[in-house]
Amino acid sequence: MSGWHRFANPTRFSRLSARILPWALALTIVLFAAGLYLALVGSPPDARQKDTVRIMYIHVPAAWMALSTYVLMAIFSGMGFIWKHPLADIAAKNCAPVGAGFTLLALITGALWGAPMWGTWWEWGDARLTSFLILFFLYLGYIALWQVFEDPEKAARAAAILALVGLINIPVIHFSVQWWNTLHQPASVFRRGGPTIDPAMLWPLFIMLAAFEAYFVSVLLLRIRAEVAEWRVRALQMMQAEA
Amino acid sequence: MKRKTQRMIFVGAGLAILAIAGALAFFAMGDNVRFFYSPGDLRKMTSPPDVSFHLGGLVKPGSVHKDNEMVMRFVLTDGASDVPVVFDQTAHGLVPDLFAEGQGAVAEGRMGADGTFVATRVLAKHDEKYMPPEVADALKRSGEWQRGAPQ
Repeated sequence: MSGWHRFANPTRFSRLSARILPWALALTIVLFAAGLYLALVGSPPDARQKDTVRIMYIHVPAAWMALSTYVLMAIFSGMGFIWKHPLADIAAKNCAPVGAGFTLLALITGALWGAPMWGTWWEWGDARLTSFLILFFLYLGYIALWQVFEDPEKAARAAAILALVGLINIPVIHFSVQWWNTLHQPASVFRRGGPTIDPAMLWPLFIMLAAFEAYFVSVLLLRIRAEVAEWRVRALQMMQAEA
Repeated sequence: MKRKTQRMIFVGAGLAILAIAGALAFFAMGDNVRFFYSPGDLRKMTSPPDVSFHLGGLVKPGSVHKDNEMVMRFVLTDGASDVPVVFDQTAHGLVPDLFAEGQGAVAEGRMGADGTFVATRVLAKHDEKYMPPEVADALKRSGEWQRGAPQ
Protein backbone atom coordinates (compact mmCIF):
# COMPACT_ATOMS: atom_id res chain seq x y z
CA MET A 1 0.00 0.00 0.00
CA SER A 2 1.52 3.33 -1.00
CA GLY A 3 1.90 5.89 1.76
CA TRP A 4 0.11 8.83 0.27
CA HIS A 5 -3.51 7.92 -0.26
CA ARG A 6 -3.70 6.47 3.23
CA PHE A 7 -3.06 9.97 4.48
CA ALA A 8 -5.51 11.80 2.29
CA ASN A 9 -7.68 12.33 5.34
CA PRO A 10 -4.81 13.32 7.61
CA THR A 11 -4.16 16.16 5.16
CA ARG A 12 -7.64 17.43 5.79
CA PHE A 13 -7.10 16.88 9.52
CA SER A 14 -3.92 18.94 9.40
CA ARG A 15 -5.71 21.84 7.79
CA LEU A 16 -8.64 21.71 10.22
CA SER A 17 -6.48 21.26 13.34
CA ALA A 18 -4.25 24.17 12.30
CA ARG A 19 -7.33 26.35 12.43
CA ILE A 20 -8.54 25.03 15.83
CA LEU A 21 -5.17 24.97 17.60
CA PRO A 22 -4.57 28.71 18.20
CA TRP A 23 -8.04 29.01 19.74
CA ALA A 24 -7.62 25.94 21.91
CA LEU A 25 -4.23 27.15 23.14
CA ALA A 26 -5.55 30.65 23.86
CA LEU A 27 -8.54 29.18 25.71
CA THR A 28 -6.22 26.95 27.75
CA ILE A 29 -4.19 29.93 28.93
CA VAL A 30 -7.18 32.18 29.67
CA LEU A 31 -9.21 29.47 31.42
CA PHE A 32 -6.29 28.27 33.53
CA ALA A 33 -5.45 31.84 34.55
CA ALA A 34 -9.06 32.53 35.58
CA GLY A 35 -9.65 29.05 37.03
CA LEU A 36 -6.48 28.92 39.11
CA TYR A 37 -7.09 32.43 40.45
CA LEU A 38 -10.66 31.55 41.48
CA ALA A 39 -9.61 28.16 42.88
CA LEU A 40 -6.62 29.34 44.90
CA VAL A 41 -7.61 32.90 45.84
CA GLY A 42 -11.12 33.89 44.78
CA SER A 43 -13.15 31.03 46.26
CA PRO A 44 -14.06 30.57 49.93
CA PRO A 45 -12.42 27.94 52.15
CA ASP A 46 -14.57 24.92 53.07
CA ALA A 47 -16.30 24.85 56.46
CA ARG A 48 -14.53 21.62 57.50
CA GLN A 49 -11.56 21.24 55.16
CA LYS A 50 -10.50 24.92 55.34
CA ASP A 51 -7.99 25.71 52.57
CA THR A 52 -7.25 22.05 51.84
CA VAL A 53 -10.42 22.07 49.73
CA ARG A 54 -8.42 23.92 47.05
CA ILE A 55 -6.76 20.64 46.06
CA MET A 56 -10.21 19.60 44.82
CA TYR A 57 -10.03 22.12 41.95
CA ILE A 58 -7.14 20.14 40.47
CA HIS A 59 -8.07 16.67 41.67
CA VAL A 60 -11.66 16.50 40.45
CA PRO A 61 -11.10 17.85 36.89
CA ALA A 62 -8.00 15.62 36.56
CA ALA A 63 -10.05 12.59 37.58
CA TRP A 64 -12.91 13.45 35.20
CA MET A 65 -10.42 13.97 32.37
CA ALA A 66 -8.71 10.68 33.20
CA LEU A 67 -12.05 8.88 32.72
CA SER A 68 -13.28 10.80 29.65
CA THR A 69 -9.90 10.52 27.92
CA TYR A 70 -10.04 6.76 28.42
CA VAL A 71 -13.53 6.55 26.92
CA LEU A 72 -12.40 8.66 23.96
CA MET A 73 -9.33 6.46 23.53
CA ALA A 74 -11.56 3.37 23.48
CA ILE A 75 -13.90 4.97 20.91
CA PHE A 76 -10.96 5.86 18.63
CA SER A 77 -9.59 2.35 19.17
CA GLY A 78 -12.91 0.79 18.16
CA MET A 79 -13.09 3.00 15.05
CA GLY A 80 -9.52 2.12 14.10
CA PHE A 81 -10.19 -1.56 14.70
CA ILE A 82 -13.37 -1.74 12.62
CA TRP A 83 -12.64 0.70 9.79
CA LYS A 84 -8.85 0.32 9.74
CA HIS A 85 -8.51 4.07 9.71
CA PRO A 86 -4.92 5.05 10.56
CA LEU A 87 -5.91 8.48 11.81
CA ALA A 88 -8.22 6.90 14.40
CA ASP A 89 -5.36 4.65 15.54
CA ILE A 90 -3.03 7.63 15.83
CA ALA A 91 -5.66 9.57 17.79
CA ALA A 92 -6.20 6.66 20.19
CA LYS A 93 -2.44 6.17 20.61
CA ASN A 94 -1.94 9.83 21.50
CA CYS A 95 -4.80 9.94 24.00
CA ALA A 96 -2.92 7.48 26.20
CA PRO A 97 0.03 9.51 27.52
CA VAL A 98 -2.21 12.51 28.17
CA GLY A 99 -4.79 10.35 29.95
CA ALA A 100 -2.07 8.63 31.97
CA GLY A 101 -0.87 12.08 33.02
CA PHE A 102 -4.36 13.08 34.18
CA THR A 103 -4.68 9.79 36.09
CA LEU A 104 -1.33 10.26 37.83
CA LEU A 105 -2.25 13.85 38.69
CA ALA A 106 -5.57 12.70 40.21
CA LEU A 107 -3.80 9.95 42.19
CA ILE A 108 -1.13 12.32 43.53
CA THR A 109 -3.51 15.16 44.42
CA GLY A 110 -5.85 12.61 46.00
CA ALA A 111 -3.04 11.34 48.21
CA LEU A 112 -2.05 14.92 49.11
CA TRP A 113 -5.65 15.60 50.14
CA GLY A 114 -6.12 12.26 51.90
CA ALA A 115 -3.10 12.60 54.16
CA PRO A 116 -4.33 15.67 56.11
CA MET A 117 -8.09 14.97 55.75
CA TRP A 118 -8.57 11.21 56.09
CA GLY A 119 -5.32 10.63 57.94
CA THR A 120 -3.96 8.35 55.21
CA TRP A 121 -2.24 8.74 51.83
CA TRP A 122 -3.56 5.53 50.39
CA GLU A 123 -5.89 2.69 51.37
CA TRP A 124 -5.69 -0.56 49.41
CA GLY A 125 -9.11 -1.78 50.52
CA ASP A 126 -10.93 1.22 49.05
CA ALA A 127 -12.76 0.38 45.82
CA ARG A 128 -12.48 3.89 44.33
CA LEU A 129 -8.76 4.20 45.00
CA THR A 130 -7.93 0.72 43.77
CA SER A 131 -10.04 0.92 40.59
CA PHE A 132 -8.44 4.26 39.79
CA LEU A 133 -4.96 2.79 40.18
CA ILE A 134 -6.03 0.03 37.75
CA LEU A 135 -6.98 2.78 35.27
CA PHE A 136 -3.40 4.08 35.51
CA PHE A 137 -2.03 0.59 34.81
CA LEU A 138 -4.43 0.19 31.85
CA TYR A 139 -3.01 3.37 30.33
CA LEU A 140 0.56 2.15 30.92
CA GLY A 141 -0.26 -1.27 29.46
CA TYR A 142 -1.83 0.36 26.43
CA ILE A 143 1.26 2.54 25.87
CA ALA A 144 3.52 -0.49 26.31
CA LEU A 145 1.52 -2.57 23.79
CA TRP A 146 2.17 0.01 21.08
CA GLN A 147 5.90 -0.42 21.70
CA VAL A 148 5.85 -4.21 21.56
CA PHE A 149 4.93 -4.60 17.89
CA GLU A 150 7.13 -3.52 15.01
CA ASP A 151 4.17 -3.41 12.62
CA PRO A 152 1.93 -0.43 13.50
CA GLU A 153 -1.18 -2.22 12.20
CA LYS A 154 -0.63 -5.14 14.56
CA ALA A 155 0.21 -2.80 17.42
CA ALA A 156 -2.97 -0.79 16.78
CA ARG A 157 -5.08 -3.98 16.78
CA ALA A 158 -3.60 -5.34 20.01
CA ALA A 159 -3.76 -1.98 21.78
CA ALA A 160 -7.36 -1.43 20.61
CA ILE A 161 -8.46 -4.73 22.15
CA LEU A 162 -6.84 -3.78 25.47
CA ALA A 163 -8.49 -0.34 25.38
CA LEU A 164 -11.92 -1.88 24.70
CA VAL A 165 -11.57 -4.57 27.39
CA GLY A 166 -10.44 -1.93 29.89
CA LEU A 167 -13.68 0.00 29.30
CA ILE A 168 -15.29 -2.25 31.93
CA ASN A 169 -13.26 -0.41 34.57
CA ILE A 170 -14.89 2.96 33.79
CA PRO A 171 -18.35 2.25 35.27
CA VAL A 172 -16.63 0.44 38.13
CA ILE A 173 -14.68 3.61 38.98
CA HIS A 174 -17.74 5.82 38.62
CA PHE A 175 -20.12 3.68 40.66
CA SER A 176 -17.59 2.29 43.16
CA VAL A 177 -18.63 4.90 45.72
CA GLN A 178 -22.29 3.87 45.37
CA TRP A 179 -22.01 0.10 45.02
CA TRP A 180 -19.66 -0.45 47.93
CA ASN A 181 -18.88 1.42 51.09
CA THR A 182 -15.65 3.31 50.62
CA LEU A 183 -13.45 5.79 52.41
CA HIS A 184 -13.76 8.02 49.34
CA GLN A 185 -16.75 10.34 49.45
CA PRO A 186 -19.63 9.82 46.97
CA ALA A 187 -20.11 12.05 43.91
CA SER A 188 -20.82 15.72 44.66
CA VAL A 189 -21.59 17.11 41.21
CA PHE A 190 -22.99 14.50 38.81
CA ARG A 191 -25.50 12.94 41.15
CA ARG A 192 -29.25 12.59 41.40
CA GLY A 193 -30.72 15.52 43.33
CA GLY A 194 -28.16 18.00 42.01
CA PRO A 195 -24.71 19.08 43.19
CA THR A 196 -23.90 19.25 46.91
CA ILE A 197 -21.14 21.78 46.33
CA ASP A 198 -21.85 25.40 47.13
CA PRO A 199 -22.17 27.54 43.94
CA ALA A 200 -19.21 29.67 45.11
CA MET A 201 -17.07 26.53 44.76
CA LEU A 202 -18.90 24.90 41.85
CA TRP A 203 -18.19 27.70 39.36
CA PRO A 204 -14.42 27.71 39.85
CA LEU A 205 -14.55 23.91 39.55
CA PHE A 206 -16.35 24.10 36.18
CA ILE A 207 -13.90 26.72 34.89
CA MET A 208 -11.03 24.46 35.88
CA LEU A 209 -12.73 21.57 34.07
CA ALA A 210 -13.07 23.73 30.94
CA ALA A 211 -9.37 24.65 31.27
CA PHE A 212 -8.42 20.97 31.47
CA GLU A 213 -10.61 20.23 28.42
CA ALA A 214 -9.01 23.03 26.39
CA TYR A 215 -5.58 21.80 27.43
CA PHE A 216 -6.50 18.27 26.39
CA VAL A 217 -7.75 19.34 22.96
CA SER A 218 -4.59 21.43 22.39
CA VAL A 219 -2.17 18.72 23.43
CA LEU A 220 -4.01 15.95 21.58
CA LEU A 221 -4.10 17.96 18.33
CA LEU A 222 -0.42 18.89 18.68
CA ARG A 223 0.55 15.26 19.29
CA ILE A 224 -1.49 13.92 16.36
CA ARG A 225 -0.10 16.62 14.04
CA ALA A 226 3.43 15.72 15.08
CA GLU A 227 2.82 12.03 14.43
CA VAL A 228 1.13 12.65 11.06
CA ALA A 229 4.07 14.87 10.05
CA GLU A 230 6.43 12.10 11.09
CA TRP A 231 4.57 9.60 8.88
CA ARG A 232 4.69 12.02 5.97
CA VAL A 233 8.43 12.47 6.30
CA ARG A 234 8.85 8.72 6.33
CA ALA A 235 6.60 8.30 3.28
CA LEU A 236 8.55 10.97 1.41
CA GLN A 237 11.84 9.30 2.29
CA MET A 238 10.46 5.99 1.00
CA MET A 239 9.38 7.61 -2.27
CA GLN A 240 12.80 9.19 -2.70
CA ALA A 241 14.50 5.91 -1.99
CA GLU A 242 12.36 4.19 -4.62
CA ALA A 243 12.93 6.89 -7.21
CA MET B 1 -19.85 -10.97 4.70
CA LYS B 2 -17.52 -8.03 4.45
CA ARG B 3 -14.47 -7.96 6.67
CA LYS B 4 -15.60 -4.64 8.11
CA THR B 5 -18.94 -6.12 9.20
CA GLN B 6 -17.14 -9.11 10.71
CA ARG B 7 -14.94 -6.82 12.78
CA MET B 8 -17.95 -4.80 13.85
CA ILE B 9 -19.69 -7.97 15.06
CA PHE B 10 -16.46 -9.04 16.79
CA VAL B 11 -16.26 -5.76 18.74
CA GLY B 12 -19.98 -5.77 19.54
CA ALA B 13 -19.99 -9.38 20.74
CA GLY B 14 -16.76 -8.82 22.66
CA LEU B 15 -18.19 -5.85 24.53
CA ALA B 16 -21.42 -7.76 25.28
CA ILE B 17 -19.49 -10.73 26.68
CA LEU B 18 -17.29 -8.35 28.66
CA ALA B 19 -20.36 -6.67 30.16
CA ILE B 20 -21.81 -10.05 31.16
CA ALA B 21 -18.49 -11.16 32.66
CA GLY B 22 -18.27 -7.88 34.53
CA ALA B 23 -21.78 -8.23 35.90
CA LEU B 24 -21.08 -11.82 37.04
CA ALA B 25 -17.86 -10.73 38.73
CA PHE B 26 -19.74 -7.86 40.37
CA PHE B 27 -22.38 -10.13 41.86
CA ALA B 28 -19.77 -12.71 42.92
CA MET B 29 -17.73 -10.06 44.74
CA GLY B 30 -20.78 -8.54 46.36
CA ASP B 31 -20.09 -7.37 49.87
CA ASN B 32 -16.44 -8.40 49.89
CA VAL B 33 -15.45 -5.07 48.36
CA ARG B 34 -16.55 -3.14 51.44
CA PHE B 35 -13.97 -0.86 52.99
CA PHE B 36 -15.54 -1.08 56.43
CA TYR B 37 -18.25 -2.86 58.40
CA SER B 38 -21.00 -0.78 59.94
CA PRO B 39 -22.13 -1.36 63.53
CA GLY B 40 -25.26 -2.97 62.05
CA ASP B 41 -23.17 -5.41 59.93
CA LEU B 42 -21.31 -6.35 63.08
CA ARG B 43 -24.48 -7.07 65.01
CA LYS B 44 -25.74 -9.39 62.27
CA MET B 45 -22.62 -11.55 62.58
CA THR B 46 -22.64 -14.48 65.00
CA SER B 47 -19.16 -13.47 66.15
CA PRO B 48 -16.99 -10.51 65.15
CA PRO B 49 -14.07 -11.19 62.77
CA ASP B 50 -11.03 -12.63 64.51
CA VAL B 51 -8.72 -10.41 62.49
CA SER B 52 -8.14 -6.69 62.33
CA PHE B 53 -10.90 -5.00 60.34
CA HIS B 54 -12.39 -1.57 59.58
CA LEU B 55 -15.41 -0.34 61.48
CA GLY B 56 -17.11 2.73 60.05
CA GLY B 57 -19.97 4.98 61.07
CA LEU B 58 -20.83 8.35 62.48
CA VAL B 59 -19.11 9.49 65.65
CA LYS B 60 -22.11 9.69 67.97
CA PRO B 61 -22.66 13.28 69.14
CA GLY B 62 -21.69 13.66 72.81
CA SER B 63 -19.85 10.34 72.90
CA VAL B 64 -16.23 11.54 72.60
CA HIS B 65 -14.35 11.69 75.87
CA LYS B 66 -10.84 11.07 77.09
CA ASP B 67 -9.71 8.67 79.80
CA ASN B 68 -6.56 10.76 80.05
CA GLU B 69 -4.49 13.01 77.85
CA MET B 70 -4.07 10.39 75.16
CA VAL B 71 -6.60 7.58 75.51
CA MET B 72 -9.81 8.49 73.75
CA ARG B 73 -13.23 6.85 73.75
CA PHE B 74 -16.13 7.40 71.38
CA VAL B 75 -19.11 5.56 69.94
CA LEU B 76 -19.52 4.72 66.25
CA THR B 77 -23.15 4.51 65.18
CA ASP B 78 -25.16 3.82 62.04
CA GLY B 79 -28.30 5.17 63.63
CA ALA B 80 -29.63 1.74 64.63
CA SER B 81 -26.60 0.11 66.28
CA ASP B 82 -23.77 1.51 68.37
CA VAL B 83 -20.25 0.22 68.99
CA PRO B 84 -18.01 1.79 71.64
CA VAL B 85 -14.43 2.39 70.49
CA VAL B 86 -11.26 2.98 72.47
CA PHE B 87 -8.18 4.50 70.81
CA ASP B 88 -4.79 4.98 72.41
CA GLN B 89 -3.20 7.94 70.66
CA THR B 90 0.13 7.46 72.44
CA ALA B 91 0.72 4.21 70.60
CA HIS B 92 -1.01 4.96 67.29
CA GLY B 93 -0.88 8.69 66.55
CA LEU B 94 -3.48 11.41 66.76
CA VAL B 95 -6.90 11.32 65.13
CA PRO B 96 -7.11 13.41 61.91
CA ASP B 97 -8.30 17.03 62.17
CA LEU B 98 -11.57 16.15 60.43
CA PHE B 99 -12.46 13.71 63.21
CA ALA B 100 -15.50 15.23 64.94
CA GLU B 101 -18.76 14.32 66.61
CA GLY B 102 -21.57 13.86 64.13
CA GLN B 103 -19.12 13.16 61.31
CA GLY B 104 -18.04 9.95 59.62
CA ALA B 105 -15.01 8.01 60.83
CA VAL B 106 -13.43 4.63 60.15
CA ALA B 107 -11.57 2.79 62.89
CA GLU B 108 -9.21 -0.10 62.26
CA GLY B 109 -8.66 -2.69 64.95
CA ARG B 110 -10.20 -5.69 66.71
CA MET B 111 -13.24 -6.34 68.80
CA GLY B 112 -12.35 -6.61 72.49
CA ALA B 113 -13.86 -9.26 74.78
CA ASP B 114 -15.99 -6.63 76.54
CA GLY B 115 -17.62 -5.49 73.29
CA THR B 116 -15.40 -2.42 72.95
CA PHE B 117 -13.62 -2.00 69.63
CA VAL B 118 -9.90 -1.52 70.26
CA ALA B 119 -8.68 0.76 67.47
CA THR B 120 -5.11 0.84 66.23
CA ARG B 121 -5.88 3.54 63.69
CA VAL B 122 -8.64 6.10 63.20
CA LEU B 123 -9.42 7.70 59.83
CA ALA B 124 -11.85 10.55 59.23
CA LYS B 125 -14.39 10.41 56.43
CA HIS B 126 -15.52 13.44 54.49
CA ASP B 127 -19.01 13.55 52.99
CA GLU B 128 -19.97 14.88 49.56
CA LYS B 129 -20.96 18.31 50.91
CA TYR B 130 -18.71 21.29 50.28
CA MET B 131 -19.66 24.74 51.57
CA PRO B 132 -18.07 27.95 52.85
CA PRO B 133 -17.99 28.46 56.65
CA GLU B 134 -20.71 31.17 56.50
CA VAL B 135 -23.13 28.80 54.78
CA ALA B 136 -22.39 26.07 57.33
CA ASP B 137 -22.99 28.54 60.19
CA ALA B 138 -26.25 29.72 58.63
CA LEU B 139 -27.43 26.11 58.27
CA LYS B 140 -26.52 25.38 61.88
CA ARG B 141 -28.38 28.49 63.09
CA SER B 142 -31.52 27.62 61.13
CA GLY B 143 -31.33 24.04 62.42
CA GLU B 144 -31.10 22.64 58.91
CA TRP B 145 -27.58 21.34 59.35
CA GLN B 146 -27.79 17.77 58.20
CA ARG B 147 -25.36 15.25 59.54
CA GLY B 148 -23.76 13.29 56.74
CA ALA B 149 -25.11 9.76 56.71
CA PRO B 150 -22.47 7.04 56.71
CA GLN B 151 -21.86 5.78 53.19
